[in-house]
Amino acid sequence: MPATTAGDRPATTASPAGAPTGLAAERVAWGVDGRLVLDGVDVTAPPGAVTGLLGPNGAGKSTLLRIVAGVQRPDGGRVLLAGGDDDGADLLAMPRRRRARTLALVEQDAGTDLPVTVLDAVLLGRTPHRSWLAGDSADDREVARGALARAGAAHLADREVTTLSGGERQRVHLARALAQQPRVLLLDEPTNHLDVAAQLATLRLVRSLADDGVTVLAALHDLTLAAGTCDHVVLLAPGRDGAGGRVVAAGPVEDVLVPAVIDPVYGVRTTVLRHPRTGRPVLAFD
Amino acid sequence: MTSAPTGTSADASTGTAAAPRATSGARRTGPWAAVGAVALLASVVLAVAVGPADLAPGDVWRSVATHLGLGDALGLAPLDRLPDAMVWQLRLPRVLTAAAVGAGLAVCGVVMQSLTRNPLADPYLLGLSSGASLGAAAVLVLGATVLLPVAAFVGATAALVATLGLAAASGRGRGIAPARTVLAGLAVGQLAAAATSFVIFWSAKGDQYREILSWLMGSVAGATWTSVAVAGGAVLVLGTALACTGSLLDAFTFGDTAAATLGVPVARVRWVLLVGVALLTGALVAQSGSIGFVGLILPHAVRLLVGARHRALLPLSALAGGTFLVWADTLARTVFEPRELPVGIVTAAIGAPVFAALLWRGRARA
Ligand SMILES: Nc1ncnc2c1ncn2[C@@H]1O[C@H](COP(=O)(O)OP(=O)(O)O)[C@@H](O)[C@H]1O
Ligand SMILES: [Mg+2]
Repeated sequence: MPATTAGDRPATTASPAGAPTGLAAERVAWGVDGRLVLDGVDVTAPPGAVTGLLGPNGAGKSTLLRIVAGVQRPDGGRVLLAGGDDDGADLLAMPRRRRARTLALVEQDAGTDLPVTVLDAVLLGRTPHRSWLAGDSADDREVARGALARAGAAHLADREVTTLSGGERQRVHLARALAQQPRVLLLDEPTNHLDVAAQLATLRLVRSLADDGVTVLAALHDLTLAAGTCDHVVLLAPGRDGAGGRVVAAGPVEDVLVPAVIDPVYGVRTTVLRHPRTGRPVLAFD
Repeated sequence: MTSAPTGTSADASTGTAAAPRATSGARRTGPWAAVGAVALLASVVLAVAVGPADLAPGDVWRSVATHLGLGDALGLAPLDRLPDAMVWQLRLPRVLTAAAVGAGLAVCGVVMQSLTRNPLADPYLLGLSSGASLGAAAVLVLGATVLLPVAAFVGATAALVATLGLAAASGRGRGIAPARTVLAGLAVGQLAAAATSFVIFWSAKGDQYREILSWLMGSVAGATWTSVAVAGGAVLVLGTALACTGSLLDAFTFGDTAAATLGVPVARVRWVLLVGVALLTGALVAQSGSIGFVGLILPHAVRLLVGARHRALLPLSALAGGTFLVWADTLARTVFEPRELPVGIVTAAIGAPVFAALLWRGRARA
């Protein structure tokens, strides 16, 4: 059932209803071929904030996001909503469609060969809000157009997805996720393959969504971008010598993105500088 | 030829001028559905009338009305015995079977293309037709012709199970990826084709060659009212059920993960739909032999008209596929009159160049 009760939230906004809902993944474990990829990982994403999921390649960022999104079953652990109306609700036990109305995932690279238009692609985000047999309602179209506008892609509505550039496609995927009207947004390396301007535009959008109450958990591998955008960060380290990947540090940017934490995980020497205008940390490596 | 204007800047200049085929119009579906339904109905009537023995479309109506017991009510006089038998016993079952097989194959094609996310997928891609052919060839050389539909059906289903098993096993728990499924289908198809050749080479004698060959190339020449009941019933039941899965299939547009995040029970939907496709293909192939290209070409053509959304694509492809096969079969029995071609040769003669053109277009866009 579309939970759009009157006065609750206008159909056209991407902002969620009620108080923002945070996320808590507890002791999540997942292994493959007898190798532990995630070994009891705890991640919290506070409500209405941007939480960065950091770590070297292969640390298990994508795996964790897929587990949180309910796409992949963990071998152990739980994923709960924290705060808001559904405090303590078990996301993985939730009916799929209800979960899809609560949480959206933008994958690292999702493509298609089919000739779908951008508007149709974004309308897919309305799927969990309507019956399997129903077509797009006027409401759905309005929400989809609103989501496209929000993602800065309104001018692409009639283009075919296959003809878009990487940055344009990323915006379309974001718009599709927004059309789900999620309270929690999971992003897997949303700035990959984007030029600098597009990276900043994407992160500005992410920021503004969080300011509107959407809880964001984003896997990022550029530490400086993360430092400039995130409220909190969680640093994952890949498993070594039989041990699985685990969280080495979590908390506010200023506490986690320091040489003592970063250097052993990445095997580099880090210097933390200050951005002269924003005052945010800028990281240099050697 | 689509020179994609891929400016990365966020300027909001309206990109609509460069938009190829704006296809997000649900508005256009209704008229197309009406056109498709009328075309199919008219094609059936005209195709029954075409051929030796001068029949007018009106005669076809008269015969049908008489047999349905509506002749008196509509004030239509019955046809003479001979033309009536021609319409009711020979041509109408054949044309209706062609319509049902074409419609069903097109629906199967759309579903396969969506589930494998391969726009060039075909109900036959997953080794289904090769499996069916193996079953059919086996019973034909054994002389157990009555078992042919069952054997074709069993062969198709076994091939699908083998293909999906292979694809899943090679996917190591990551689900079934499009590319792997297609490769697995190729492997299974080649194996079944080799086995079919072996069966023919080893044990076929005399007329069996012709029989098997005609079956391998597909034909509705021997269609009876039983064929109509099986093919039509399968299309009405399974085809209609599959045609109702539009928004499920839409959800697969960006892959399994995207579908899962939209609330689709991916594994269950995939298995149920693939089994549905196998059952429907098996039932159709058992009546008509393996007729290629219908499931491949027609969905493509319909996509060009109404876009890739499945709620419109599925029923319209069914109508287009039925119409197409009715005319392909009409060509098959009239171009070299009095000799008949297997209809599979006609669909291949039309389909292969179209397929090549599609590949060419795909190359130009990529
Ligand atoms: N289905 C799978 N089969 C085998 N290995 C996998 C699978 N999924 C993930 N992995 C492994 O788990 C580790 C973490 O992968 P991933 O979550 O993609 O890391 P990240 O996104 O942080 O780069 C990698 O070593 C990857 O090879
Ligand atoms: Mg990753």
